[in-house]
Parts: sequence; C-alpha cells; structure tokens
Amino acid sequence: MGDELLKVTDLQVGFSTEGGLARVLDHVNFSIDTGEIVGLVGESGCGKTTLARSILGVLPKNSARIGSGEIRFQGRNLLAEDEATLATEVRGRQITFVPQDPFSSFNPVFTIGAQIEELMKWKSPAIEAGARVGRYSRTRRKEDRERVMELLRTVQLPDPAAILAKYPHEVSGGQRQRLMIAMALLPEPRLIIADEPTTALDVTIQAQILKLLRRLATDLGVSVLFTTHDLGTAYEICDRITVMYAGQEVESAPSDEFFAAPAHPYTVRLLQSLPSRDRGITGIPGSIPGLIAPPPGCRFHPRCDLATAECSATRPGITEVGANHLVRCYHPETTTEAAP
Amino acid sequence: MRVLVLIVNRLLWFVPTLLGLLIITFTITHIIPSDPIAFIAGDNASAEQIAQLKEKFGIDKPIPVQLWNYIVGVAQGDFGKSLYTQRPIADDLVSRLPATLELTLVAVLLAAIIGIPLGVLAAVNRNSWIDHILRIFTVSGLAIAAFWLAILFQLLFAMEWGLTPLQGRVDGWGPDVVTGFFLIDSLIMGDWAVFWDVVHHMILPAITLAFPAMATVMRFTRAGVLDAINSNYVDYQQAMGVPRRVVIWRYVLRNALIGTVTQLGLIFGSLIANGVVVEAVFDWPGLGLYAVQSILQSDYNAIMGFTLVMGTIFIIANLLVDITHGLIDPREAR
Repeated sequence: MGDELLKVTDLQVGFSTEGGLARVLDHVNFSIDTGEIVGLVGESGCGKTTLARSILGVLPKNSARIGSGEIRFQGRNLLAEDEATLATEVRGRQITFVPQDPFSSFNPVFTIGAQIEELMKWKSPAIEAGARVGRYSRTRRKEDRERVMELLRTVQLPDPAAILAKYPHEVSGGQRQRLMIAMALLPEPRLIIADEPTTALDVTIQAQILKLLRRLATDLGVSVLFTTHDLGTAYEICDRITVMYAGQEVESAPSDEFFAAPAHPYTVRLLQSLPSRDRGITGIPGSIPGLIAPPPGCRFHPRCDLATAECSATRPGITEVGANHLVRCYHPETTTEAAP
Repeated sequence: MRVLVLIVNRLLWFVPTLLGLLIITFTITHIIPSDPIAFIAGDNASAEQIAQLKEKFGIDKPIPVQLWNYIVGVAQGDFGKSLYTQRPIADDLVSRLPATLELTLVAVLLAAIIGIPLGVLAAVNRNSWIDHILRIFTVSGLAIAAFWLAILFQLLFAMEWGLTPLQGRVDGWGPDVVTGFFLIDSLIMGDWAVFWDVVHHMILPAITLAFPAMATVMRFTRAGVLDAINSNYVDYQQAMGVPRRVVIWRYVLRNALIGTVTQLGLIFGSLIANGVVVEAVFDWPGLGLYAVQSILQSDYNAIMGFTLVMGTIFIIANLLVDITHGLIDPREAR
C-alpha cells in the first residue's frame, strides 16, 4: 500500500505494580500507512490502550517501563525524542487524540469555546512548525475562530456559535464526541488516535459518529488508529485490522480478508464467538492470562487447540500468508469456516 | 436567579439560627455560677444594695423571663448596656468590629495567597521532599495552639530580636477613623509612616491567625489538585500537548479551588475562635479582646452582643462562600 506513516517495532512496555512487573506489551509490531484507518482490536486488558498511549507518549510516568523497541513516525523515533519537543511538535499537532469518554474529557468548569480556544492557542495549524507560542495574537485568534466555526459545521453540529458558549454538561454525549472529533481535526494532524471513541455512546449515535470519523479521515487524508473491542465497529470503518491478545499482536490483515480468511487460531475463535443465529453464543474456553507471569512463547498457547511444544518455547515470527496479511503463528489456518 | 433564591433562603434561616445561638449562649452564661453584681457592688455592699442593683439590671427575675426580655430588646435593636461601663453594647461592638474584621480579612488573604500555591506545589510534587516539608507545615499549622504560637512569636520577634512591636494595633492615636480599617484609613490620610506602623503591628497577629487557616487551605488545595490531575480532562489536554504549566495553573487549579472555597466558610469559623485568643495575647483592640474581658467579668450583655455579631458574620461568610461556589462551578449555577 501507500507509504508508511507510523511503524512500531518490537515495542516492549511494562507497568510496575505491587505484584511485580506487568508485561503489557510484549515485543509488539504495528504499522499505519498514510491515509489508512487501522483498527486495533482485542479484549479489555490486551494492551491496545497502552499501545495507543505509547504512541502519544503519555504513559503514566511513575509506573510505565519501556523496555525496548522503536516508534517511528514520519521517520523520527518518538521514543528517542525529548519530552518538550514531543509536546510542542508532535502531540496535538501531528498526532491528535479522540478520548474514550467525551463526558469527562471536557473540563466541567470552562465553556466549550474556551477549551477549544486553548487548544488552538497552542496547536493551531497557523503556528509555524518549531515556532514558540507566545501571546495569542488577536489576528490569529480571529483566524482560528473561523477555522473552528467551519469545522464545527463540518462535523454537523447545529448552531456552532451557541455551542461554543455552552458548558460541557449542557450538550449531549453525541455532540460532545463530535466536538472531540472536531478538536482532533483542528490542528490538521497526520494521525488521529481514537481510543474506543464510541464505547460511551448509544448504539444509534455510535454509527453516526463512526461514519463521520471515517468520512472526514478519508476526505482529509488523515490516518486513524482506532482501538475497539467491538469487531462489528471495526468492520464498519477500518481498512485494516490488527488483533492483539494479552499484549501480543497476533494477526494483521485488510478488513475483508480478516473476516473472510482469518489465519491465527485466536482470531478464528474470536470470530466464531460472535453471536449468530445458527450458532448462538459460544465462548473461547479458558481465560486471559495474567500479565505479571504470562505464559512463555505465544501467550495464546494454553487455550489453543493447535498448540505444540514450540508454541510454548518461543514466540512465532511474522509470516505473510496473503497480500498485506501478517500472522504470528506456527500453525496458521489456511481454510476457515468463520463468516462475518 | 438561583443566587437570588439562595440568598432569600439563607435570610429566612438567618433568624431561627441566630435565635438558637442566642438561647444557647444566654442559658450557658446565666447558669454558670458567677455573680457580676458582687464584682460591681464590691466587698462592703449590703444585701439591700445588692438587691437594688440586681433589680436595676433586670437580673433578679427568673432566667426565662430575662431571656424573653433580652430577645424583645434585640428585636427592637437594643442590645442592652454593659454592666460595668454602662455604655450601650451596640456602640462598643461597632467601634471594635473593624479591628477584628481587618485582622481576620488579612489573615484569610494571607492564608489563601500562601496556602493555595503551596497546595498546588505539594500536589504536583507528590511524595517528593517538597511535599514532605510542606506537610510538616500543614500538620504543625493544624496542631499548634494559637496562643502558644502567639507567645512564641512575641518572644522571638518582639522580645528577642525587636523586629516588631510586642502588642497593640498602632503607636499613638492611629489614623483618623473613616472606615475603621487602619490600613485603609492611613492610606486615605496619605500617611505612610502610620501605614507602615500599622503593618508592623499587624504582622505577628495576622500570621498567627493565618497559620492554621493556611494549613487547611493547603491541605484542601493539595487534595483538590490531586483529584483533578487524575481526571480525564487533564489526561486529554496532556495527550493533546497543551503545556503542563497551563494545564495545572489554569485548569486544574480552577477545579481544585471549588473544594477549597467550600472550606473557606468553615475556616472562617476557626478564625473567629482563634481570633479571640490572638487578640487577647496581642492586646488587639477588637471584638475578641472585648469578649475575653466580658467573659472574665460575666458582663452578660456584652457576651451576648459578641455572640450575635460573630454569629451574623459567620452566616454571611458562608452565604458568600455559597455564592462564590456558584460562580466558580457552572454546574451549580443553574
């Protein structure tokens, strides 16, 4: 496909806890091309949010331990850059963020307009790269306000001027998430990281927000990293899907192929576990391993029907089973009975 | 609109609250075994003279009757006269109120101006040496008794080093009384010498009074900041690369202050209580000193007058706190 915008290589992240070091990301590889929408799918606690936050560079400082790896974004290794540079040049400018919970992600005691203005003061595309932000000049403030109004109309918010004057608790959840998407687009980023952006919303609103995000990203050529635990949601908006299990990425494939021909036993079982009319609800036997002392090798091996001795010895490398279809398994499935 | 409802509501409660306060104070002061008449009449007074005096001051009647008479008087704006000086209590209170208010307000300001930034500092550097040192201050602020600190300050700064006056509010007559606030009055006069003299006199009592309040402000600001710093909106702003100092001092602080402001009403109560002690130690000519003298002499009307004024101030202070709360937190305002 297109050129690579973001490439995470061999990333290892742990959290120190009272019980010991939780190995949350185990040598993870992951990439996004320019203009691509990638879904990062997995159960709660599989490390998808940690991966998203690692890319943003906002892991909790006192507990997170980055062991090894590289996060290359437009050629620069974000892990090697210093914090101040990242905060001014990358975070909020090149990479923006759509949070999981639009209810609590606005400060309740400031108007929406004031909060968007603060963002624009520091992150407006009108600021030249590398320039220091000093005073917020009147002319730039006015230009930025034009930008904001235009974008609020683009995300289909009625009466933008009135919304800017309101406090967060005075607008609906759907409107708040539209605002969050607008705020993510305002700095004209190359990549948007959306961490389960619709989990907190009603199902009907979810669909609208997803379509909006998909359309805007495509129109503006912005890449999106979209984490979700909902395969249906991922299917609707993603170009490509990467699946994680217990801190390891196991499979990555274009959406169609992912659903039509999953190769990793976990993915296969995951798709089979989707409720359907003829099968009813089936689960995967066993449970997610603890991350303080995870199983060696492929972390799925204790629950896998195909597991052999080598699975529990070393983690399998990356195998390309189709065009752009990568899997990390010694026994990838070639045929499948799973259907979307 | 909501603010108006709040004010009316509070005013309606104002009377019953004060009435309750009055009844309790009146009962306590009158049932304790003390005899102001014996003080006034002296050792050689005859039983007849004492009876006359009692009748004159209306304290020959049963306590409920006395209470009723007092309440009727207060309702008509008559706070009675001092048993000793025969001056109307209302005049005494009015002339002494500004000294107390000035000291208290300066103490509140000091507590806020020093306590809030230190609270933020402690929260931002949680569990570092800064936090630990500041914790020593808050714990001592809450634990050290005001009278002890006052005497310690006097010994050190006034007696040992001679940096400040030992006691009093001003040398000589002080400025012409316009507002009764000497800091303001001396500025109105344009007399810098007097102004600095007033400041000099005020430093020790104000710091003594402010210290425990500052400790409380600091604790609540620290807790509020820690609470806000872990919230999603702070996480969001940081993920979007808004500079940390802006996030902390503009956004987090605003949220943290909601809790601190709520506490200010209660802090005000402790300032009134400590004020009595501080005024007595520093011979500060305010209501606290007046109250101490009145209590020692069992000057009933003076004690009651002091209680009423302080009760009123406390209620007003809490009303102001509630209004401010509504202004800071928009969720409250509607």
